Amino acid sequence: MEKPSKLKVTLVTGRTIEQGVGKEHGKSSEEYVESVTVCYMDPEDMKKLGIKENTNILVSTEFGSVVVKAVKSIRTPHPGIVFIPYGPWANVVVDPETNSIGMPSFKGIPAEVEPALDKPILSLKELLKKQFRKG
Amino acid sequence: MPVVKAVTCPVCGCLCDDIELTIENGKIVKVKNGCAMCEAKFLGYCCEHRVLRPMIRKNGELVKVSLKKAIERAAQILAEANYPVLYGWSNTSCEATSVGIELAEEVGGVIDNTSVVCHGPSILSLQEVGLPGCTLGQVRHRADLVIYWGSNPWSSHPRHIERYTTFSEGRFEKSAWRGYISKTRALIGLKKIKSAFRRTLLKKEPPVPEYFEKKPYPSMQKEGRKLIVIDVRRTRSADIADYFIQVEPNKDYELFQAFRALVRDQEIEVDKVAGVPVEYLEEVVDEMVSCNFGAIFFGLGLTMSGAKWRNIDAAISLVRDLNMRTKFVIMPMRGHYNVTGANVVSTWQTGYSYAVDFSLGYPRYNPGETTVVDILLRKDSDAALVVASDPVSNFPKKAAEHLVENPLIVIDPHMNVTSQVADVVIPSAFAGIEAEGTAYRMDHVPIPLKKVVEPPPGILPDEEILRRILHEVRKIKKAKEAS
Repeated sequence: MEKPSKLKVTLVTGRTIEQGVGKEHGKSSEEYVESVTVCYMDPEDMKKLGIKENTNILVSTEFGSVVVKAVKSIRTPHPGIVFIPYGPWANVVVDPETNSIGMPSFKGIPAEVEPALDKPILSLKELLKKQFRKG
Repeated sequence: MPVVKAVTCPVCGCLCDDIELTIENGKIVKVKNGCAMCEAKFLGYCCEHRVLRPMIRKNGELVKVSLKKAIERAAQILAEANYPVLYGWSNTSCEATSVGIELAEEVGGVIDNTSVVCHGPSILSLQEVGLPGCTLGQVRHRADLVIYWGSNPWSSHPRHIERYTTFSEGRFEKSAWRGYISKTRALIGLKKIKSAFRRTLLKKEPPVPEYFEKKPYPSMQKEGRKLIVIDVRRTRSADIADYFIQVEPNKDYELFQAFRALVRDQEIEVDKVAGVPVEYLEEVVDEMVSCNFGAIFFGLGLTMSGAKWRNIDAAISLVRDLNMRTKFVIMPMRGHYNVTGANVVSTWQTGYSYAVDFSLGYPRYNPGETTVVDILLRKDSDAALVVASDPVSNFPKKAAEHLVENPLIVIDPHMNVTSQVADVVIPSAFAGIEAEGTAYRMDHVPIPLKKVVEPPPGILPDEEILRRILHEVRKIKKAKEAS
């Protein structure tokens, strides 16, 4: 059977303990960057895409797309749900719509995931330069 | 080596006040009782990412300047702006927030705190339907059923379960820690048997019946404290729960209404609600109704997805329904250590807990219009002051873009993402480590923050920096009026 090149998923962003520790070390620290440039996926979803752990993937929503690293979730099953910790990378793809209450949708966003073996994960400096032409 | 006891941890809304720090040569060298985040903060506060000199952007590069110059530049930006945004406040003391509000009034700007992208929807809902709450001490001593909904305390508030809920040793309720240990051992044993089977006999996983994972553990029938976790994915907190319900994303509202129907003894005519079989919901409702004191803690899983504030509305209504049968309370899991304080101080001084607009000369509050993300998306603001926060890393890209396009002042101890794209960076002392202050715990109990070490030379607390900016702004305005 041919592997699908893209997978439709629901994106959830949130806190992980690694991100929590990383942010206290400093947002420029390696710990922080490493903790927020990952995407936790269900192993079954990874199989469907034909990717292995630590493969770069492109997560796209209608608001943008970002390259992060796919990591197997330890606690499964959660097919069709991918999780990226809060951070500048996740915020490229979250939904800014506030529904007139001030709160953007950081969780439960329809997204697509595809392998991106040849695309690198941008560093914080590169990401800021690309987005804001500053920094 | 001197040991400072009973230090308040300035990281999350738990505000644990039993931390012990060992100080050597004016530096913290050992942290006792803290969680991973607490330790990272106390040991890593003075690292290479610390900003030690104020900076101003010149020709695209941040260059070091004197504090006086940086404050003057910041005051000039704020005084000249028509509609500045003053944002942050959840990672500093109440005293600093108080000065910040004065500054917002002086410059006719909008002051908003991080609850706008956190528990802002919860505040909206509780303004509509109220909030049956209590202090965490009550939960610790009396709660025999604790529910975490859309929250993963193991990651976001690591000591919450241990200090205030299921694993805490209360006066009337005992800790459920031992039960958890034996359950974990049993599960490890089961895993070992399964893998032995797989290796020797079957060579593949035995078929797992649908919803096997969502079935209650036998421990649900146990005596004592019980823990229920409801989330869209299995988290570490879900692993320790007696009962885990995996709800489909964006469907929490349906699940709340189903619970409400069941609590009121109504029949549900479908098999599944939000992907969860109704029979499991019935079991959970039996537990809810038969407990003596229940507590629901809800996290951003509810405020950031699906029906957003209507989720909280439904949650509080569920608690109201439950209170007709037994005793139940509900509490938001506040993230940053003083976000509650920012709300409280803002309410004292302006009448509103966040998103307060002073552009007409008096406080105005209209979420959706005066909330910072909406202002940025509409491209209304023309300058921003960010205190103890990192909106460029926490706002959706589109909102952050407008923030960066305009003059941006950052007051923060670390070189965070916002500082890197700011026009004026003023380093400050860490509240709770290098500066005193007051912070509010998530249950609205004020707790003093201690000063345990001296800040680096020349570094002032947020409160003092803001006072100086305010003074400078008043001077500029006076000079303008005179001319």
